[in-house]
Amino acid sequence: MKKKLFLFTLIIIFFAKNSFALIEIDITRGNLNPLPIAVSPLHIDSKSSEVFNEMDIGSEISKVVEINLLRSGLFNPLEKDSFVQSPDIAHVKPRFEDWKLIKAQALITGKIKITSEKIRIEFRLWDVLAAKEIMALAFTTVPSNWRRIAHIISDKVYKRLTGEDGYFDSRIIYVSEEGPKTQRIKKLAIMDQDGANTKYLTLGNELVLTPRFSPTNQMVTYLSYFKNLPRVYLLDIETGVQEIVGDFPGMTFAPRFSPDGKKIIMSFAKNGNSDIFTMNLETREVEKITEHPSIDTSPSYSPDGKYITFNSDRSGVQQIYVMRNDGSDVKRITFGNGIYGTPVWSPRGDLIAFTKMYRGAFYIGVMRTDGSGERLLTENYYQEAPSWSPNGRVLIFYRETKSGSQGEGFSATLWSIDLTGYNERLIETITDASDPSWSSLLTK
Amino acid sequence: MFKKIKELGVMVFKKLLKSSLLVLVTALLMTACATKTKTTKKIEAQIAGDVFTGAETVKYLATGVPDRVFFATNKSVLTTKARDTLRKQAAWLRKNKSINVTVEGHADERGTREYNLALGERRANAAKDYLMTYGISGNRISVISYGKERPVNSGSSPLAWSQNRRSVTVKAN
Repeated sequence: MKKKLFLFTLIIIFFAKNSFALIEIDITRGNLNPLPIAVSPLHIDSKSSEVFNEMDIGSEISKVVEINLLRSGLFNPLEKDSFVQSPDIAHVKPRFEDWKLIKAQALITGKIKITSEKIRIEFRLWDVLAAKEIMALAFTTVPSNWRRIAHIISDKVYKRLTGEDGYFDSRIIYVSEEGPKTQRIKKLAIMDQDGANTKYLTLGNELVLTPRFSPTNQMVTYLSYFKNLPRVYLLDIETGVQEIVGDFPGMTFAPRFSPDGKKIIMSFAKNGNSDIFTMNLETREVEKITEHPSIDTSPSYSPDGKYITFNSDRSGVQQIYVMRNDGSDVKRITFGNGIYGTPVWSPRGDLIAFTKMYRGAFYIGVMRTDGSGERLLTENYYQEAPSWSPNGRVLIFYRETKSGSQGEGFSATLWSIDLTGYNERLIETITDASDPSWSSLLTK
Repeated sequence: MFKKIKELGVMVFKKLLKSSLLVLVTALLMTACATKTKTTKKIEAQIAGDVFTGAETVKYLATGVPDRVFFATNKSVLTTKARDTLRKQAAWLRKNKSINVTVEGHADERGTREYNLALGERRANAAKDYLMTYGISGNRISVISYGKERPVNSGSSPLAWSQNRRSVTVKAN
C-alpha cells in the first residue's frame, strides 16, 4: 500500500460539561428498536467544493456515516427527504421542533472548509429531545482522507450514544478468490471495514491463506505456498516487504500475532504431527508450546497474553482447549455434541468465538472461556473462521455455498453478525472472499 | 446423509398418511424415493465405508501403478486397497531409482481450513511412511499438504468428497 502522509489534528471545540446522556442505547441485547437519527449532509461552501470537482463531499461523508450507523443495527438513519432545515443553518442552531416532528432523537450536523490544501471537517451531535448539543469535534487532514473522517465521526457518535468504542475506522484483510474450485486463484486483499478502498496485496501467483492483522496494524501474518513450500510469512502492508517466519523444515500454518504484536504463534507440521510453536519477532527465538501426537492447531491468545486457546483432535475429534502461554495446564473446554474448531479469543477477554460442525451443518458461536454458556449465533451449509471487531461486539466470518457436480453455484462470501445473534449482514466484496481478519481501530 | 434423506422420506410419508392427503401426492413421493435409492446404490458401489473405491479421477505413474489412495472422513488410516496401491508404487520406485516423488495430501471441503491443512499433511505422511517400509528412502519422498485447497472433484456430494480425501504420489523430477 502506498504510504500516505497521514497527519490529522483533532481539535475539541468543547464538550458539553457533564451533560447527562439523555439518549442512550443498550447494546447488550439484540436491538429491535434502533435509535432514529438524522444525519444532515455536511455543509460545504461553494469555493471549498471546487477542490472536489463538484462532488458533493458533504453528502458523501453523511452517507458513509449513515451506512455505518445503519449497518451496526443500533441506529435507524432517517430519510433525508424529510429534513426541513438546511445543513448550514441546522449546524449553527437546529430547530429541534422540526427534527422532533420527523421522530429524530439524535441529529448530526457538520461543516466543511478547505484552506491551503487541507480539509477541515467539523461536526456536532445533538440530542433532539433534550434540545442540546452533546458533542462537537473538528478534524483537519488532507482532502483524500475524507472517508476516514467519516468513519471517525461514526465511531465518536457510536461511543457517545452506546458508551462503548466503535469499530468503523478499521480495515479487513481477507483472501480474494477467483476461478474454478479445482484451480482457485487466491490473493491477499485489504479493504475498509465498509468494503470501500479494496487493494490487492499479492498477485495470485501462489496460493495464500489465513491472513491476520497485527494489533499494531502495519503487519500481517499469513500462509503462502511461495515456491510450493507452505510457510508462514510476515508482510508489512505499508512497504510491501515480506519475509518468511522462522526456518522450519516443513509446513508452518495457522499464524496469529500475540496481543503485543511481538510474537507469532502458529502450527508446524512434521511427520504427520502438528504442534504449536511461537517465534519472537525481535529475538527470533522459537519456542515449542504443545507436544502431542495429535493435530494441535488454530491457536489464539487471550488479550492479556497469559492464555492460549487452540483446537486439537487428541480426544479423537476436533475440540477446543485452553492452556497457559507456556503450554502448561491444558484443559479441554468443549464437551457438547459435534466438532469444534477455530477458537478466537474476544478482545474483551470474556468470550471465545468458534466454528461448530454438527449433523452436517456449520455454526458460528460464542462461549465463555471455560466453555460454559455456549450460544450458537448462525447456522449454515458451510461457514467458519470468525474474527472479532475491535470492540468485541461483531464477528466477521466466511460462508461457502453447496456446489453442483461441476462446481456450479459455488460462492464464498464474507458476513458479519452481532454478538447477540441479530443483525446478520453480507459484506460485499468485488470477488469471492474468505478468511477475513479485522484490524484494530486505526485511531484510538 | 442418504440415510437421512430416506428417513426424512419415511417421516413425510407417514405424516401424509396420517393427514390422509391425496393418494396422488403420496404416489409421486414414492417414485421420488425410488429414484433416490437407485442413485444411492450407484454411489455406494464406489464408496465402501466412506472410502472411494472407484477408478474415476485416478491417474497412473506407470501401467498398473495408480497414483493415489483414498481415505475415510477425518481419517488417515490406509485401507487394504490403499496399501495395495502403495506397494505397487514402492515396487515401481525400486525399479526407477532415479525418480523422486512428492506425496500430496488432501482433505474434503467439509472441515475448517487450518485443521484440514494438518489432516492433509497427516495423510501424505501415512502414504510416505508406508512407501518407506517397502524400502523407499525417505530422501526420495517429499510431502506437501494442500488441505482442502485443491479438490479434484468440485462437487458438493459424498462422492465428490470421497474422491477429494486422497494422497497423490507425483513425480518430482
